[in-house]
Amino acid sequence: MNALARQVRAVVWPLVGVAIVLGAWQVGVLISGVAPYLLPPPTAIARAMWESRDMLASAMGRTALGATIGFACAAAGGILIGSVIALIPILRRSLYPLATVLQMVPVVAVAPLLQLWVDNGLPMAILSAAIVSLFPVLAATIDGQASVDPGLRELFQLSRASLLSRWWKLDLPWSVPATVTGLRIAAGLAVIGAVVGEFVSGYGGVRAPLGIVIQAAMRDARTDLVFAAVALTTVVGFALFGAVSLVGWLLVRRWHASAVNETEDRR
Amino acid sequence: MTRLPPTLQFDRVAREFAGGVRAVDGVTLSLAPGSLTAVIGPSGCGKTTLLRLAAGLDVPTAGRVEAEGASGSRSARSVCFQDPRLLPWRRVVDNVALPLELAGVPREQRQASALEVLRAAGLAHASRMLPAQLSGGMRMRVALARALVTQPQVLLLDEPCSAVDEFTRMQLDEEILRTFRACGATTMLVTHSVSEAVWLADRVIVMARGRVHADHAVRVQRDRRDRGDVGFLSEVEHCMRLLAAASGRDAA
Repeated sequence: MNALARQVRAVVWPLVGVAIVLGAWQVGVLISGVAPYLLPPPTAIARAMWESRDMLASAMGRTALGATIGFACAAAGGILIGSVIALIPILRRSLYPLATVLQMVPVVAVAPLLQLWVDNGLPMAILSAAIVSLFPVLAATIDGQASVDPGLRELFQLSRASLLSRWWKLDLPWSVPATVTGLRIAAGLAVIGAVVGEFVSGYGGVRAPLGIVIQAAMRDARTDLVFAAVALTTVVGFALFGAVSLVGWLLVRRWHASAVNETEDRR
Repeated sequence: MTRLPPTLQFDRVAREFAGGVRAVDGVTLSLAPGSLTAVIGPSGCGKTTLLRLAAGLDVPTAGRVEAEGASGSRSARSVCFQDPRLLPWRRVVDNVALPLELAGVPREQRQASALEVLRAAGLAHASRMLPAQLSGGMRMRVALARALVTQPQVLLLDEPCSAVDEFTRMQLDEEILRTFRACGATTMLVTHSVSEAVWLADRVIVMARGRVHADHAVRVQRDRRDRGDVGFLSEVEHCMRLLAAASGRDAA
């Protein structure tokens, strides 16, 4: 009962915060008389969202597709490349700094270059999403696998375990909590990357993604629709983040300190 | 027919670390087949380094460590460390089966062996639990069971009781004795507890500054050892004096 009440409170209070901000926004716009094309009130945004619901839903699906595929590629690639780099000390010393430097290059700046290599549209969104979300996964995987307890390494050394066997049975499971943290950061970035890819490639038509909807609505001075589309990009990001968090929790809930505190209490 | 376990032979073994620190400095020792030898000494005397050399986790800078008469397979050596070193995501039974798994033993066979040693250790009820659900003493007992699962011929114990309270330590000592008797391995126990050394071992080696300072055969038979007995206490006192002399030498 108490636990239920705590969970309800955990949901209710953030909602109250959102309600306060939206209320202040609505009242502020009405009192100050700001033109709706500069700053539409929340009710106008909600109305725009409802009126264009079919188009927005399709756009959201399109953006979610690009972000999710890009994220999945980055997750798989990051864990794989990160594992190889972590296993081979020479690579760790030589490639890790390079990866850090490459991560500093803003995706917006290189996006036009990407157009040379892949088709506009969904491929651009996927590639752009994958590029921005790769580094957090890579870095977290390398750090996680490089920080394996040396005592446990010795255990495998005593049994003369092969490198691959040690990686599969020790390094990889040990690094799961760290990698999940990297994946959660990557989930949010993937949506940003996808929208940037959409901005640059500018594909449209009936299957326009949210990035294109935002650009088109800006040109038409439909600020309410811009806000509606922006709100939906955050929904996509939040959904991806939530899904990753859930999977991560399911993986480590039995044994990692971040999840087993309740079990510890029983001792 | 049971084969005799090997003699663990240290032949002028030295281990020098970077900076010229000689952790082990010319140790020659011969641990008799199936005996239990305790190594005690002040902190930094090189006793843990000696054990790591015997385990093959470290390589001597001079001399040789050999298990003479062993079948030659390294898996015949088992080590139990100060900390239990259990994989937190594995159930107890899978932790115990790990050395067999890494040696390529089929799943059913290694599970059966793991359950068998757990049952013998009175831990069968915990076999499906995760390490986080166990107390510190129980985790150590699981680590001991894991050391036993490969039926080692050489058993190396590195202060297995250092992280537990006095009562748990006495229980663990019983467990070590049972383990030792079950596998009959040539056993080396590194400890900082003199009474534990006397209670468990046939022979107590006192180390100081990387060398063997004293070598004492325990005069009370293992079956007759009682922590309150006068004979036992006088043995402890004798070893205490040897240790004190070694510490004095260490400080000099």
